[in-house]
Amino acid sequence: MEITVTRAGMLTTVQDLGRAGHRAAGVPLSGAMDPLALRIVNLLVGNPENAAALEFTLRGPELEFSAETIIAVGGGEFGAVPLWQPVTVPAGGRLALGAVRTGCRGYLAIAGGFAVAPVLGSRSTFLRAAIGGHEGRALRDGDVLHAPTVARHVVGRWHIDERILPAYSPAPVARVVHGAQAEEFGAAFFTEAFSVSPKSDRMGVRLMGPSLARAGMAELISSTVVPGTVQVPPDGRPIILMADAQTIGGYPQIAHVISVDLPLVAQLKPGDTVRFHEVTLAEAHELLLACERRLGMLHEGLAQKLR
Amino acid sequence: MTLSPLGDSAVVAALGTGLDDLALPRVRALVEALGRDLPVGVVDVVPAFASVTLFYEPARIGSYAQLCAAIEVLAARADASVLTFESRMVEIPVCYGGELGSDLTVVAAQRGLTEARVVELHSGAHYLVHAVGFAPGFAYLGGLPEKIHTPRRATPRTSVPAGSVGIGGEQTGVYPLTTPGGWNLIGRTPLRLFDVTRAEPALLRFGDQVKFRAIGAEEFAAWK
Repeated sequence: MEITVTRAGMLTTVQDLGRAGHRAAGVPLSGAMDPLALRIVNLLVGNPENAAALEFTLRGPELEFSAETIIAVGGGEFGAVPLWQPVTVPAGGRLALGAVRTGCRGYLAIAGGFAVAPVLGSRSTFLRAAIGGHEGRALRDGDVLHAPTVARHVVGRWHIDERILPAYSPAPVARVVHGAQAEEFGAAFFTEAFSVSPKSDRMGVRLMGPSLARAGMAELISSTVVPGTVQVPPDGRPIILMADAQTIGGYPQIAHVISVDLPLVAQLKPGDTVRFHEVTLAEAHELLLACERRLGMLHEGLAQKLR
Repeated sequence: MTLSPLGDSAVVAALGTGLDDLALPRVRALVEALGRDLPVGVVDVVPAFASVTLFYEPARIGSYAQLCAAIEVLAARADASVLTFESRMVEIPVCYGGELGSDLTVVAAQRGLTEARVVELHSGAHYLVHAVGFAPGFAYLGGLPEKIHTPRRATPRTSVPAGSVGIGGEQTGVYPLTTPGGWNLIGRTPLRLFDVTRAEPALLRFGDQVKFRAIGAEEFAAWK
């Protein structure tokens, strides 16, 4: 079946869970900024968690579907359809996702997943190198996407237990683990609130607020980074590295946002604020395992509700 | 070897400090050992400078302590002295100066050298790939002669063409993609440093030896 993008929205890309396995060649992970939202909307339409879905930012796309199918929308709230539940779209159906109401990024999964060719094992779009997704770029008005025609039906009316979702907020507390150069900075990182700069993108969420002065002046050798790494460049304004971040960075690392809280950061829009709270590595792993257990239960429960 | 966590989904095995050529065989030996016997849950292995970073899925490793123990065992078994891995020599043709390397004059003037001497020094040196990262296919090269170390431009260019060869401080390298950049551009290579249609997309990998070879504008234009 065909999905016509009548209006592309502000920044709409095809994403999955990213391109792990190629970091030694300098290829960023990429994939969804809010991986949890992408996994859930995929499960809601009966897809594997890693199927290709749409990620849209601040203003969503308008789409037209050539055949009946099932979709699910989650992440930030964009109107048009209820969040976090499978929705049957009729043949010829149109969907106009408007401006974001809460959060920053929305995800739309379609039964069978969007059919784009994998590049280096992933269907995610990496804009800077123009690879993956739909022609390596953001969607434009008039693009036509494809998805397999899948005979799948939603049984009954229901929605997911929202306790599975992160505590999305325009002023969240993001939990972090220790960074290698944490001792070289004062306490301001943990006591003050930071606001999100409009210069943020899929590479990094740039923060404004108190400038963080570094005590150590030793020249650092560049080192590896992960999505979630909080770097402090010489201007003292921290940057939270995100999905499309480079694999190696040269700035001091004050902390790393833990995996379960990355979705909170992904849903921040310019002007929102964030605070940081330190936890141990063991706590970060326990939180992640608990999240994985809840997703596993969702997966099992859904098997009864999609035919 | 010291192991330290990098966030909650990676661990860094440090085998030396900084741009330590002596650590290179040990890093490669550990990467080889990991290639033969990858601990469960590890999804990516990245050698960089004197370290190896292992990216993992926390739900699949048992515990962080178990993963570290597995790495310790592999590192103890990895013997740098019996490495079978041959360090590759990769030659990169470069058309120096002119429109393709408009900062060659800047480097020459700042270091009090002729342009020809800068080219001779840059193409005469042996380089070693200490890491690939920052951008896809970008290699951090060690070995730039001190005589042509040149500070970065005060104002970075908003767009540097792919293939540009630059000097930034004590580093030299090739821009794999057209990106913004602050290095002094001294030439350009017709080779593609990163190409997803190749079986191995990045031209350079950790541990490679690199030499630059000066070519003329005709050879640059004729390169397929």
